[in-house]
Amino acid sequence: MKAYLDSVRAVTRRNLVNAIRNPALTVQPALGPIVFLVAFGGGLSAFGDIPGFDFPSGYTSFQFVFILMQAGVFNGVFLGITLARDLESGFARRLMLAIEHRTAMVVGYVLAGAVRSLLMFAILFGVGLAAGMQIDGSAWHMLALFTFPLLLSIVGSLFASGIALRFQTVQAAPLMFMPSFMLLFLSPLLVPFDLLSGWIKAVARFNPVTYFLEAGRGFISGRPHDTLLAYALGAGMVAVFSVWAVRSLKRAEAAG
Amino acid sequence: MNTFHQIVWLGRRSLLFTLRQPVQIVPSIFFPLMFLVVIAAGGDRASTIPGFPAESYFAFALGGAFVQGTMLSGVNSGSKLAYDIETGFLDRLVLTPVGSGSILIGHMIGSLAVSLIQLFTFLAAGLIGGVHIAAGVPGILVMFALALAVSIAFSALGVIVGVRTGSSEAVQSAFPLFFILLIFSSYMLPRNLMEADWFRWFATANPASYLIEGIRSLVITGWDLGALAAGFGTAAGVAALTLTGAAVSLRRKAVWS
Repeated sequence: MKAYLDSVRAVTRRNLVNAIRNPALTVQPALGPIVFLVAFGGGLSAFGDIPGFDFPSGYTSFQFVFILMQAGVFNGVFLGITLARDLESGFARRLMLAIEHRTAMVVGYVLAGAVRSLLMFAILFGVGLAAGMQIDGSAWHMLALFTFPLLLSIVGSLFASGIALRFQTVQAAPLMFMPSFMLLFLSPLLVPFDLLSGWIKAVARFNPVTYFLEAGRGFISGRPHDTLLAYALGAGMVAVFSVWAVRSLKRAEAAG
Repeated sequence: MNTFHQIVWLGRRSLLFTLRQPVQIVPSIFFPLMFLVVIAAGGDRASTIPGFPAESYFAFALGGAFVQGTMLSGVNSGSKLAYDIETGFLDRLVLTPVGSGSILIGHMIGSLAVSLIQLFTFLAAGLIGGVHIAAGVPGILVMFALALAVSIAFSALGVIVGVRTGSSEAVQSAFPLFFILLIFSSYMLPRNLMEADWFRWFATANPASYLIEGIRSLVITGWDLGALAAGFGTAAGVAALTLTGAAVSLRRKAVWS
């Protein structure tokens, strides 16, 4: 067990040191969510005037929750790209030869992604406050809110790591981005779920991100609801994508 | 070989290069179309905001998709030119009597072809989605003309980036900048409904707003000569700047080679 934890710590540490030495790795995934937060929060606030739009904390807070989820997912995907780059360069292959339990490598990458996500959430929180975001929830509510994008970051890392391990090339990046992009945008992004209509409402109903958004918006407005369902979905997704990542690792090992 | 023949041969090459690689076409059609469909469905209720200028948000957002698509395919032509630099083809080409103007126009033909495919696709998506083009069939022709002008302007910009960097990756990494240009425009809301002053100011200073509003006016209003003049004027202004820059960049490249 100690050897396993040492391996996890070493892989995590290496990724974090890399991120510090190469700020582009941290800045690049953060830019998209910041731009969306500024643009959607500031420019689309008139969406809050839609009849039936009931979110007293304001449109910037409404969008902030989506931006957090986006940051979590995309940060996870960027972590997968880092793994793909390491596989392409041969580093990850040498790592797989060096460590006894290879799942420790995947866990290390995922943990590094989670730490980087937390840093990004802090930056986004600062940007949100500067943009006039209103918080009606308590400190506990806010801490609970951040667990959802953290869960999505872990799910994103596991999913993207699986793709990276199967294709072992950075050119597989669109395969990591496309499903993530679809998952995020087929959700109540601009208006609450109740105001959606037509096919998007039917799709959003089966999209787990919808429940993270609804629960997260409940926390920031101080009116928590559907939180257990969101956490149950998050736990289920982590379990499913852990299996996916481990199976991908086995496939990579079998491929030599 | 005269200039016309040079353009025909280089245009043919650019067209074949583009059509033989679906990866050149599919993303620049798929991404704007997907963004349009998802945003239009999610923002459908925006048409109930007091003062919203259209009955359907899909109709309102359609103009943005036209500009986004043509902008992306335009810039993509720069990545093809950068690829020619990476492989050494352009160096060999500039040793021949082919003029830089012919290279520029020849390169744009491929991206114009992609833009045409895009425009028909977006129009079909709009019509299937129940959009009624207020300016009728003549309006569709004017929409296409404005969108192709946007494509020419941004193809030239792509050529500048492609020649200056000589790297197709560098051209592709410029895509997010164009997305930012669109996000901070009147793509998703009319300027008069933007509540944040700074955002409205940014959208007003952003040329993409006038390109979108020109096309949008034909879809939701009919013949709004002011919006069309602003749209065509902006496209012509941007095209004049970028075409000049692209011609100068190519001539310098020829001298260095």
